Amino acid sequence: MDSLDEGVDAAVVRAEIRRYERRARLRNVVRRVVVFAAFVIALSLLYSGYKAVGQSIDDAQRDWPVIGSVMPATNDLIMPPISAILSEFDDPPQRRNAKTLGQFIFEASLFTAREAFFGFVAGIVLGLSLAILMLRSRTIERGLMPYVVVSQTVPLVAIAPIIVIWGQTNFGWLPFTWNAWMSVSIIATYLTFFPVAVNGLKGLQSPSAESIELMDSYAASRTQTLLKLRFPASVPYLFAALKLAASASIVGAIVGEISSGVGGGIGRLILDFASRYTTGPERLYASVAGAAVLGIVVFGLISIAERYALRGRAQENPVV
Amino acid sequence: MTKRKKGNARLFGFVLAMALIAAACGGGADDTATTGADGGGDAKELTPITLQLQWFTQAQFAGYYAAVDQGFYKDLGLDVTITQGGIDILPATVLDSGAADFAISWVPRGLVPREEGLNITNIAQIFERSATLQVSFKDKGITSVADLAGKTVGNWGFGNEFELLAGLRSAGLDPDTDVTLVQQQFDMLALISGEIDAAQAMIYNEYAQVLETTNPETGELFTADDLNVINWNDVGTAMLQDAIWADADKLESDPEYRANAVKFVEASMRGWIFCRDNVDKCVDIVLAAGPTLGESHQKWQMNEINGLIWPSSNGIGLLDKSLWDQTVSVATTESILTAPPTDGAFRTDIAQEALDNLKAAGVDVNGSGWTPITVELKPSGE
Repeated sequence: MDSLDEGVDAAVVRAEIRRYERRARLRNVVRRVVVFAAFVIALSLLYSGYKAVGQSIDDAQRDWPVIGSVMPATNDLIMPPISAILSEFDDPPQRRNAKTLGQFIFEASLFTAREAFFGFVAGIVLGLSLAILMLRSRTIERGLMPYVVVSQTVPLVAIAPIIVIWGQTNFGWLPFTWNAWMSVSIIATYLTFFPVAVNGLKGLQSPSAESIELMDSYAASRTQTLLKLRFPASVPYLFAALKLAASASIVGAIVGEISSGVGGGIGRLILDFASRYTTGPERLYASVAGAAVLGIVVFGLISIAERYALRGRAQENPVV
Repeated sequence: MTKRKKGNARLFGFVLAMALIAAACGGGADDTATTGADGGGDAKELTPITLQLQWFTQAQFAGYYAAVDQGFYKDLGLDVTITQGGIDILPATVLDSGAADFAISWVPRGLVPREEGLNITNIAQIFERSATLQVSFKDKGITSVADLAGKTVGNWGFGNEFELLAGLRSAGLDPDTDVTLVQQQFDMLALISGEIDAAQAMIYNEYAQVLETTNPETGELFTADDLNVINWNDVGTAMLQDAIWADADKLESDPEYRANAVKFVEASMRGWIFCRDNVDKCVDIVLAAGPTLGESHQKWQMNEINGLIWPSSNGIGLLDKSLWDQTVSVATTESILTAPPTDGAFRTDIAQEALDNLKAAGVDVNGSGWTPITVELKPSGE
């Protein structure tokens, strides 16, 4: 009987702890959301405040010595009011078409997210493969790493047209039809693989010499050491890289769309509205806000994934 | 260990969920237009053709979109896919690489890569007139090219500035010393905010954008009365713009490609003739292909584009040798080209055959009775 009582007590305590943890987690989420919202509101107030002051002094701040030259004018053309930007989301860009700009931005975001997603996945595969390859030998690492670094200094505008034309002419053998947006995914891959390769390698090399020796003493093969020791140890490093890579994949997709002429995504929308900026500056601001939200969402998703993957690990492996 | 396994399983589930979401997004908007299979009763095999545009969907390319929409290409056995341009996409390169069968490009932008070794040729000169203007506000007092002296003059660079440079020289001004040339963005902000005195503008696009912009001073739209315009067609330094280009080698070696070129040009001409006679319908077609474009802006553009083609002196698409020579002369004196293009930079036989077919069918290919309509621009071009 005694033992049963004890069992019940332990279960109650465990449930209590779980409830406490859940509440703490919820509080944490609420706090983050509040801080984020406060930040957005503060920025909006700063924007509106600067605009109001500029309007009241007739943009005299632009004549101030030194800093005057970088102070933007505050008229509605340069700085449309935030209320106008927000109401633009609900305004159809085409008179006879009921579809609002907000709907266009949402659909374009999904289109860009798809390009970025495939680029992101391909970037992870490529980055990890490179990391594992460089792990194999110092010589390969020394030989390959400079190229990995140099690859990121080549401007995207230089490679984008090459990739697009290359995609249109060289993928006839694929079992599916090559679409222009897939070329944009390749451009996103180009930005994504870099942090994964660099951080992945660092993570794979992170286990201590003792841990490696222990695996060796078990007569573990290289593959076993990789899968059972190195890979789990690299996960925190990888997530740091994935957060960078996720944002980079969105940037890559947007830049790729702009330079390659692939339509349907948020990059095209931004370019489209930028090229007729004066006729409706709010539309450009709204699309850029859409792109920013997309970046934040993607970053957030990776953060959530990281939390789940690294649960209960913080104490045992305090990196990053 | 179990905890970690659970974490990995969750991670796997998460990735799977993301993949499903991405796959679900798969049905997004497509930016290409094809002849489609509406009612596809006849089992005739269509030849796939890809057309590379110089820029994004807009009424500048209405004739091609109309030819797709109205089935003109299909009638001649072609299944045409239109590929939009991009900032870093040079139609001549895409054409030469084989990624497109035909391309739309301004003449200088076709001739420069040709001089660098791409063997492409102009097979139909669709626009007879140049659309480039130099626009300024009335208070700057710029009514002639000579008035640009001492002014800050915007231009887009990248090969868009040569009509301006040649125009300045024709008025006895030295572009290096007598004016301040500045690179201008694609929007008209620099002109409206007063950073530049005169801005480069296409009559069918940026010029209209000014008229769709609210004057921050008055709260009303700017009007044509606020502006002075220099038109390079009048100055005599205009260069030929939109033309259909083809792969010159393939035209010689592949009789089927040449036959398709005639068909493509003929159906495209039909598209442009349709847009001459059905402005509203063509605006609808363009708006359907570019759903964020503004209606009144595209109607303005359609009307102005018609004015670049019609009335057509020789029949649409048939290149006027004197305007070609003027383009080449500006290009060589401005050192865009090191020498006049070699033979074969253009050919008129394909356009001529297409015109003969149209004339035989009783189609008006000159539009001598064409007159512009009046288009009222709305705020933001909506």
